Amino acid sequence: MNRFWCIVFLLVPIMGVATFAVAPYYNIWFPRDVSTHGITIDNLFMFILWITGIVFIATEWALFQFTWKYNAAHNPEPAKFSHGEHTLEVVWTIVPAAILLFIAIYQMDAFAAAKMRKPNMQPTAEITGRQFNWDVRYPGPDKELHTLDDIVRYDGNIHMPMGEDVLLVIKSQDVLHSFFLPNLRLKQDVIPGMEQAMWFHAKDTGRFDIVCAELCGWGHYKMKARLTLQTRADFDQWLAETYQAEQAMTTAKVGQ
Amino acid sequence: MSTVTADTHAHEHADEHAHAGGFLSTYVFSLDHKIIGLQFLFSTLLWFVVGGLLALAVRWQLAYPWSDMPIFGKLLFAAEGGQIAPEFYTVLFTMHATVMIFLVIIPILAGAFGNYLIPLMIGADDMAFPTLNMLSYWFMWPAFLAFGASFFVEGGAAGAGWTSYPPLSVLNSASPGSLNGQTLWLIGLLCVGVSSMMGSVNYLTTIIQMRAPGMTMFRLPMTIWAMFITAVLQAFALPVLTAAGVMQIADRELGTGFFLPEGVAANNALPAAGGGHPILWQHLFWFYSHPAVYIMILPAMGMVSDIIACFSRKPLFGYKPMVYSISGIAGLGFIVWGHHMFVSGMNPMLGMTFMVTTMFIALPSAIKTFNWLGTVWGGRIQFTTAMLFALSFVSMFIIGGLSGIFMAATPVDIFIHDTYFIVAHFHYVLFAGTAMAVWGAIYFWFPKMFGRMMNEFWGKVHFFFTFVFLNCTFYPMHILGIVGFPRRLADPYHYETFRHLLPLNQFMTWCAIGMVATQIIFAINFFSSMFFGKKAGRNPWHANSLEWMAPSPPGHGNFDFQPIVYRGPYEYASPEVETDYYPQTQPPPEKQGDD
Ligand SMILES: [Cu+2]
Ligand SMILES: [Cu+2]
Repeated sequence: MNRFWCIVFLLVPIMGVATFAVAPYYNIWFPRDVSTHGITIDNLFMFILWITGIVFIATEWALFQFTWKYNAAHNPEPAKFSHGEHTLEVVWTIVPAAILLFIAIYQMDAFAAAKMRKPNMQPTAEITGRQFNWDVRYPGPDKELHTLDDIVRYDGNIHMPMGEDVLLVIKSQDVLHSFFLPNLRLKQDVIPGMEQAMWFHAKDTGRFDIVCAELCGWGHYKMKARLTLQTRADFDQWLAETYQAEQAMTTAKVGQ
Repeated sequence: MSTVTADTHAHEHADEHAHAGGFLSTYVFSLDHKIIGLQFLFSTLLWFVVGGLLALAVRWQLAYPWSDMPIFGKLLFAAEGGQIAPEFYTVLFTMHATVMIFLVIIPILAGAFGNYLIPLMIGADDMAFPTLNMLSYWFMWPAFLAFGASFFVEGGAAGAGWTSYPPLSVLNSASPGSLNGQTLWLIGLLCVGVSSMMGSVNYLTTIIQMRAPGMTMFRLPMTIWAMFITAVLQAFALPVLTAAGVMQIADRELGTGFFLPEGVAANNALPAAGGGHPILWQHLFWFYSHPAVYIMILPAMGMVSDIIACFSRKPLFGYKPMVYSISGIAGLGFIVWGHHMFVSGMNPMLGMTFMVTTMFIALPSAIKTFNWLGTVWGGRIQFTTAMLFALSFVSMFIIGGLSGIFMAATPVDIFIHDTYFIVAHFHYVLFAGTAMAVWGAIYFWFPKMFGRMMNEFWGKVHFFFTFVFLNCTFYPMHILGIVGFPRRLADPYHYETFRHLLPLNQFMTWCAIGMVATQIIFAINFFSSMFFGKKAGRNPWHANSLEWMAPSPPGHGNFDFQPIVYRGPYEYASPEVETDYYPQTQPPPEKQGDD
């Protein structure tokens, strides 16, 4: 029966590794990456997965091996009267410390790129979170935000150009929300009273989910929007059409 | 001889107190640390049931969104026809976390085991301040009542998450759950804090002042070292949470604006006067709640160290490195809180600083894990139920510890923050880690507490199914997180990205149901063993530490002799004696000859 428990503990690394090995085949893995920087994050994840995976297998294997070998029912030898081993303690302090320090330094650049190196350009649009929607404001023909010709959309359909740097100003009207674009590997909490920036460079077209990732009330689950990535030409055309439609609406309203 | 005098004295002492009061003063308003420990144990186990059922309701919604929940649905949400309403879903996960953290894990470790074990393991007759000790339990009751009552007030219980981030938690109009329920939640939190504070002051004083003769600091069992460091963490971190809690109450009830920017409003309510900042709360909250992570794991680590050494029949490997590493956690634990805020809008430069400190706090945990493996190595392992739970703690803590490194890596955290990867991580630490250690500790110290053994066969059945179901429930959460599956969403499936994850979630829900059902085995074993279990005797496990030298259960005043300590608690397989254990109170052989 003792051996049975050892096998149970051995199942942990086996099933643990198997789950991660099989998951991609069922598409339970990173969603498609359409950003230029996303690969850095995915690779860093995989790099840490390999390191931790090796440590995981080694330590779980040691646990299995020791419980298997040294159990009282099967091991005739007396227990070793040992209070520890100084050299070992030093080794298993310094080696993990070095690895952790390496990971810490290795990732700094990716974080700086994602959160600190803001591109020097006019914002492409301004996104505002409110219970329970994402509103978007594009600059009109004058290319400037917060002027009379701004194009404002409340329908949760956000269009962005691909193949170039995009800079978004993001903010909140009421409570905390988080602007999460899984396919662009981007996430940033928005805070009332604070304006923040977010930037990316998309490398493909398509329609993608925009998720609210910070609890914002009872309707948090339905604070969904859609991101449409288009070529610059398509985007400009869409923007022009939207502008015209909005102008027409305003004129109609004024006419009434 | 001196032993005899101590003995008679103890009896007189006990009689005195037995005559002094009836049922009420013995079992209800008791000053005895053991009774107070058991009061904590029973209260927290009761809340464990509540927290578990709340979790099942969360799981039900994730597996079968907007469908009628069987049995409980009709009882709880008859108005919605047995469905979970979205606002109630926020209440469910908020209160699940609140109950589990503040009413189960913290009080069961420090309150139940801390109270019960500290005086016994250091050879004292009680805590330094018995009245304060009693109050620390009775201050839990306003918290029990506040949290319990909040379910029945208008708007329901708190629904702003256990982290209670403003403005959602402060603006009354922001969410149905942030009406009165939120204020009650804050009051409950303050009471829990006061209770923990009273406990920690008491533990520190007791451990410093009341150790038996010969019990030096470096002869203390790891359980006591862990309780000591935990008490230090609580004593220094809690005042911050208390202050923050009072500020949030003031924001809600007095219209101050510590955590509100100017003009913020939700739901067309009047804008707030503001002048504060929402991120301030996050800093204050995590300044307590990161150390709280260690408050919730260190005592478990201590108890696991004792159990593993005892059933490996071998000294604990690297006792001093273990002590240094938990002391290191106490220091580092105070400068890593910002790792919860990498995407909060905090200055990214500050984020990098916190990332580096966070990487290094993984180190003490790694050292401890290696030392547990070293302890098992070369031993003569006895697979008792307590040992199985303790070994599973090591196995599971490896997973929970390693997954933490992903979050510490700031660029990766941008993606996995607020996804199920995080949920997987802290359930591996707190459930697969701490809760499993607590079960191990219950099986281990039950004979001391009640004088009877728990049934080993049913204990192992309980272990097996809990272990299998917990892994099937929590392990898949890692890969859900890799997809980006967000936390706290009542219906994640209306996002195209997550639609295909429904079958996996249904599987996890059924495993969670199995896991909760398995606890029925534990409950029956626990209560029937209290009355019908095999008589235990003083030292059923042939362990070394002082509590096993006292009668089971120990009477008032604990020891029927004056314990004198000659050595550390881990002298198993010592060549000095014939037996494979060598109790801390047993005089060395040469002195025996002198007698
Ligand atoms: Cu939200
Ligand atoms: Cu933390």
